[in-house]
Amino acid sequence: MNYLDLNIIWFGLVGILFTGYAILDGFDLGVGCLHLFSKTDEERRTFINSIGPVWDGNEVWLVTGGGALFAAFPMVYATVFSGFYIAFILLLFALIFRACSIEFRSKQPMTWWRQGWDIGFSLGSFLSALLIGVALGNIARGIPLTADFEYSGSFLNLLNPYSILVGIFTVSLFMMHGAIYLILKTEGSVRQKVTGWLWKLIVLFLITYVITTLATLLTQPQMTRLMNQYPVLYILPIITVLVIVNILREVKNGDFGRAFLSSCGAIILLMALLGAGIFPNMVYSIPEGMNSLTIYNASSSQKTLGIMLIIALIGMPLVIAYTLSIYWIFRGKVKLNDQSY
Amino acid sequence: MFLLIRNQSTCKYLKSEGISFMDLVFLSRLQFALTISFHYLFPPLSIGLSLILVMMEGTYLKTGNILFHQMTKYWVKIFSLIFAMGVATGIVMEFQFGTNWSHYSRYVGDVFGSALAAEGVFAFFLESGFLAVLLFGWDKVSKRMHFISTLLVALGAHFSALWIIVANSWQQTPAGYHIVGTGSTARAEITDFWAMVFNPSSIDRFTHSIAGAWQAGAFLVLSVAAYYLLKKKHQEFAKATIKFGLILAVVSSLLQLVTGHSSAIGVSQNQPAKLAAFEGHYEDMTPGTLYLFGWVNEKQEKVQFGIGIPKMLSILVSGNPNKPLTGLRAFPPEDRPPVNIVFQTYHGMVAIGMGLIGLSLLGVFLLWRTQLFENKWVLRAFVISVLGPQIANQLGWASAEIGRQPWIVYGLLRTSEGYSKVVTAHEVIFSLILFGMVYALLFAVFIYLLDHKIRFGLDPEMKSGGHRA
Ligand code: HDD
Ligand code: HEM
Ligand code: HEM
Repeated sequence: MNYLDLNIIWFGLVGILFTGYAILDGFDLGVGCLHLFSKTDEERRTFINSIGPVWDGNEVWLVTGGGALFAAFPMVYATVFSGFYIAFILLLFALIFRACSIEFRSKQPMTWWRQGWDIGFSLGSFLSALLIGVALGNIARGIPLTADFEYSGSFLNLLNPYSILVGIFTVSLFMMHGAIYLILKTEGSVRQKVTGWLWKLIVLFLITYVITTLATLLTQPQMTRLMNQYPVLYILPIITVLVIVNILREVKNGDFGRAFLSSCGAIILLMALLGAGIFPNMVYSIPEGMNSLTIYNASSSQKTLGIMLIIALIGMPLVIAYTLSIYWIFRGKVKLNDQSY
Repeated sequence: MFLLIRNQSTCKYLKSEGISFMDLVFLSRLQFALTISFHYLFPPLSIGLSLILVMMEGTYLKTGNILFHQMTKYWVKIFSLIFAMGVATGIVMEFQFGTNWSHYSRYVGDVFGSALAAEGVFAFFLESGFLAVLLFGWDKVSKRMHFISTLLVALGAHFSALWIIVANSWQQTPAGYHIVGTGSTARAEITDFWAMVFNPSSIDRFTHSIAGAWQAGAFLVLSVAAYYLLKKKHQEFAKATIKFGLILAVVSSLLQLVTGHSSAIGVSQNQPAKLAAFEGHYEDMTPGTLYLFGWVNEKQEKVQFGIGIPKMLSILVSGNPNKPLTGLRAFPPEDRPPVNIVFQTYHGMVAIGMGLIGLSLLGVFLLWRTQLFENKWVLRAFVISVLGPQIANQLGWASAEIGRQPWIVYGLLRTSEGYSKVVTAHEVIFSLILFGMVYALLFAVFIYLLDHKIRFGLDPEMKSGGHRA
């Protein structure tokens, strides 16, 4: 295997885009999942406005990840999106409701109006997180593919116990991540309230983490194949555990900035574990792995991968610059004013 | 509503071809048409409005007059509503190539994907990032920085149109590629990136679509301002606003004629079957008639009840009245697009285009004679004119996309081969119904909020029309 080939680079870049999405929209979705637990209108406005300026930009990581997958691995894009048809349609509706609820909610003062969009926002966020997790679970587990690389299962096959477990795990991860973010962005009673929730969320996260990890080790042997082949890779799960422990430590010390960085780190590592688990496959075909889509048989031509790399090298520094400057401009605690949602 | 009519006539056409409602290709096409038409209600408005915001805020920076500041803030709120709808409906489009057109995605991914990814990297990030500053940054950054953000949002909006239209234009007039593999594994691969980007139709179609978007923004602004003048509300605001709208309306409407003409020449060279369908031109190798209106009888292969200028089509696309044009009979029936619907949508667009040119010139003339603000009839026409660009934009895309049929990639891949084979008709019916319901709900809410904003949305100090330094 050639270690510096474009296919591997693009596997990594697509992974980076989706990881960026998970970190950034992860806290948006987490805030959304927690939204209904807040009570007063002011609290709810604070929740929404904590992500107000950034959620749209965060979602673009998903859009661009999808575009990059289409461009670099069209076979994967085609197979997964058509195979997971109903799941993706539901994800789309969840994302639509989230976006529109954020925009619509503050536009009218009526209580029924606001509560309606609160539900849209919260359920939309919850369903998005859950479905993203279920999709990742199926990618880890593998899906049945025909010799033409078409998905040969049904929607219900996607809802297998393992994938649902990963879905729940994702929701709990995002909720914890979102709560830490909220603590960073709020002050006063809202902040106290969320701080009160945090330990429960952490416990929930730890339980689902342990169960998911055990389930993966026990029932998904393909996920550890590469690691057994290259034992150095065992460093990944070890660091993951350390980083997760560090979240607890920082929360205990009350350093939420570092706790947030640690939960970002945990997301990065979990995505890296998923990547290491499936590599060099992108869609592992069960039961035998014979019809799997790999980074080689699913990719675009070398020429396109090269062109895309140039696009990425020009574009990504710009993207990172915009992202940093936006987060810098909107640093600090949320203040509600006439421009807020 | 228009959508309904269009889909009904599409249905009739499909029935006449013996395609049933349960047909997967038909359902996928219907869903694509519905979702893209809905998406395309919003981006043109945001592209056009973004430019108007640049004009307004630029004027504010230059003059320091608080009126322009409030004007900008007012339109920013409307912009944010429109933008959110564009974003929510756009994600659907991004995924739909994979969900419903998977074979097409495999076929074109190598070429088409890079344009789509470039759109994300170069356009959406720029747009969504600086949108935050535009909406929420009034007192977080300096005036200049805020203006720069507005400028960058406008740039981003134009860029996103650029890349997606490049992708669509490649599908209309493929270039810079070669075909690898055969049969069901055949696919297009890039050989020349720039030839792909600057394929024969991208520049014409980009400039034409952008001008259409400017019209959409300009006439929205005109419509609201004219409404205030008629209601005798916020006069000062309205009079100043109307000037911004009119400038852009005149420029973009005239530009629309130029770029539309240029597009038509391009179509005559690259997609002769489509041009023939635009004008219901069946006879082969004769000079073409330019119809003002008409009805194409597809069975008898002729235009009925039509009034047209003989040879004018040849003059327009080549400058030579006797230039013979390829007629539809030169194409086997299975390679022809549905003719009447393409004819009607195309003529509808052109008619509206001419109307908008007339209306905007009239407005400028009256403004110059200082009679505009009193002329009730013209103001009323302005109020409804907001529908003009919207309808023309929809009709234009319908004629371009239906005129491309039966090809999903012109001359290379048929629409009937491009769909997702693993998806079932029931699943698509399920998603279609969901889209129908959710989009109807969102549209109703959108219109309600827009209407509310327009009626009650001005800040109190502007209602009195007073200046505040
Ligand atoms: C405000 C909207 C609007 C207006 C007033 C017009 N158009 Fe248009 N037209 C569009 C909006 C549009 C569009 C939605 O932007 C299309 C669809 C696809 C595209 O690239 O542009 C289009 C397509 C389109 C095409 C087909 C391009 C293709 O298939 O590749 C032609 C030949 C014209 N137009 C010509 C005209 C002419 C001669 C007009 C007379 C003034 C005109 N259009 C007015
Ligand atoms: C099938 C084709 C299309 C796809 C896949 C698509 C995709 C998208 C996506 C994913 C978004 C949301 C981006 C975000 O989250 O910020 C979006 C918004 C947008 N799209 Fe589309 N789009 C399509 C057609 C078009 C066309 C034809 C135009 C312009 C001529 C256009 C212009 C825009 C603009 C300006 C936005 C920004 C949001 C807004 O202004 O409302 N799109 N599109
Ligand atoms: C935004 C304005 C657009 C409108 C209103 C529009 C309209 C339509 C309509 C009416 C159809 C159905 C045609 C038929 O089946 O007879 C269609 C199909 C399609 N369009 Fe567009 N379109 C737009 C932009 C785009 C863009 C930007 C792309 C690609 C980048 C695109 C790609 C497709 C594809 C893949 C299909 C499905 C296959 C087909 O029926 O040919 N469209 N569109």
